[in-house]
Amino acid sequence: MKRHRSPIGSSALGAIEMAKSLLIISRQAPWSGPGAREALDIALAGGAFDLPLGVLFLDDGVFQLQAAQQPGQLQQKNLAANLQALPMFGVDELFVSSVSLAERGMDAGNLSLAAQPLDEAELSALVDRYDQVITL
Amino acid sequence: MSTLTVGSRSVALDKDGYLQDLGDWSRDVAHALAAQEDLELSPEHWEVLELLRQFYQEFQLSPATRPLIKYTALKLGPEKGNSLHLNRLFKGTPAKLAAKLAGLPKPTNCI
Repeated sequence: MKRHRSPIGSSALGAIEMAKSLLIISRQAPWSGPGAREALDIALAGGAFDLPLGVLFLDDGVFQLQAAQQPGQLQQKNLAANLQALPMFGVDELFVSSVSLAERGMDAGNLSLAAQPLDEAELSALVDRYDQVITL
Repeated sequence: MSTLTVGSRSVALDKDGYLQDLGDWSRDVAHALAAQEDLELSPEHWEVLELLRQFYQEFQLSPATRPLIKYTALKLGPEKGNSLHLNRLFKGTPAKLAAKLAGLPKPTNCI
């Protein structure tokens, strides 16, 4: 079974190898409620502390990856811009459901963030790979 | 809440000493904020402050320490993008102090 690699050297490795891996499933549209923001905040906080984690955009959550949004009109923080920071926070394992994309007429090749599209079978394999799963 | 006097201007700060309004930032404001921290800004400080402002432009948030190091390494190379260099420049708390001097909000994911 694939385990998560640690990006840093041996000194801090003991603690990190013991950390449980976490998959955050983000299922809400960006502006429908606080869910999308909360999922991202967990991912950024976990990334800042080097926890092994991944993010899966599922159902309406795929709308977060829609390019060319104009959140300024809602006077909210720009979720799309914040999402781009995930790789900087060490969160490189980004996935999106290809079924959810197709249902909403979205193209995996035209997303605001490089998330790997997965079909249904790959999704269940993905969920199995993580020690813990949070859905928001 | 307090205010910072810069020349003839008065700038509002929050309870942690960060700018209330990010639009108030200028190089003079950065110098005044640094003076409050007993810090003299060198060109090495400035390149990090400018990088932080660029980070904020790009991602609309203040980086915690790890992303700050990663971003600095990406843009300025690993001899600048490491915790030793950044800790030395910003008194051991680069994410917090550099964000303050660059006029950014306090980073949320920092201890």
